[in-house]
Amino acid sequence: MPCTVSMTVNGKAVSREVEERTLLVTFLRDHLGMTGTHVGCDTSQCGACVVHVDGRSVKSCTILAAQADGAEITTIEGLAAADGTLHPMQAAFREHHGLQCGFCTPGMVMSAIDLVKDNPTPTEQDVREGLEGNICRCTGYHNIVKAVLAGAEAMNGGSVKAAAE
Amino acid sequence: MYEFTYHRPTSLADAAAMLGRSEEAKLLGGGQTLLPTLKQRLARPSDLIDLGQIAELKGIREEAGGLAIGAFTRHAEVAHSDLVRRVIPALADLAEGIGDRQVRNMGTLGGSICNADPSADYPSAVVALKATVKTDRREIAGDDFFTGMFETALEPGEIVTSVTFQKPDKAAYAKFRNPASRYAIVGVFVARFGGEVRVAVTGAGPSVFRATDMETALAGNFSPDALNGIKVASDGLNADIHASADYRAHLVTVMAKRAVAAAG
Repeated sequence: MPCTVSMTVNGKAVSREVEERTLLVTFLRDHLGMTGTHVGCDTSQCGACVVHVDGRSVKSCTILAAQADGAEITTIEGLAAADGTLHPMQAAFREHHGLQCGFCTPGMVMSAIDLVKDNPTPTEQDVREGLEGNICRCTGYHNIVKAVLAGAEAMNGGSVKAAAE
Repeated sequence: MYEFTYHRPTSLADAAAMLGRSEEAKLLGGGQTLLPTLKQRLARPSDLIDLGQIAELKGIREEAGGLAIGAFTRHAEVAHSDLVRRVIPALADLAEGIGDRQVRNMGTLGGSICNADPSADYPSAVVALKATVKTDRREIAGDDFFTGMFETALEPGEIVTSVTFQKPDKAAYAKFRNPASRYAIVGVFVARFGGEVRVAVTGAGPSVFRATDMETALAGNFSPDALNGIKVASDGLNADIHASADYRAHLVTVMAKRAVAAAG
């Protein structure tokens, strides 16, 4: 049976009639056409689909759109400023090359921002543990961890530290 | 997923009424097990009743020297609660180690114990901390709540509303986790209440159980060395590609020792 689901996505109110079994990630990608959020494993393990629901990082393949009715959603598309200035965490991922193919990157960035909100000055170990729910098959995580540490510093008011090489 | 009808009641009474209308209706907590199950078409509920908007199922309160935690309290809320950290820090530690950050942001206490996964973390705390599970009908002793693999003492249509944990003098949880799923291959919750010690084991068997020989040894001498030479029998323990029954039996002693050491 169709139902109407309404929420705020990246500051914009949206409403669509969808099947009740529609997942949030399907709602974002197929109904709103916002394909920045990726579907990787589709079994709530890889974290490519992480978005923020009322400020908490959540795997959007494991929540119904209907459960997010009335919620504030932030996706990777909602991070940069209107003039295109990247969010400090995005800028840090670029500076430190925290990606190779880029498929996991939207989820990595969304998880990293949530992590830094709880723990503004994470250690390398905190970052590695905090990204448990995100899988990258290219990088070995090394540059991702460097990027998140630099992004955390920048989110606390510093500038994004230049990569060592 | 097969189709279902989704409901979002705002009171416990409404949720109970909806649940009573169909034998095939299911309650939805955080959905971190139920939704993957539905996606694989391993279940086909007629109705999903989302408990997320029911205020009376939420929150953490200090109560009679222990903690009362609403069934729809998410793992991250327990992990980050100053109250839990002060009264029963071992419970906050346990919650902090469930799944990953995103699972903890969605998953709930009630969902975890009602699903009664043999590898779930919370059942060990329910048994070790002499908890009482409150439902919309009655109170169930934590010792009687888990009855088998994915089985509980709940009756059809019954809804868990909160769990009351007793405050121990000392406690800790240690788990050997599956590196992919973070579920406990073996998890041991040790709690000391005066001269009484409880050792509750999850992950090893079809359901949480108490290691009574270890409890007796620790009651006399609360130190890891007191567990030297004490093993649970491997008969009837779980075996899978991750760990054999013998290995799990071995891990129970190792994890129990680690928990006792961490409890101090």
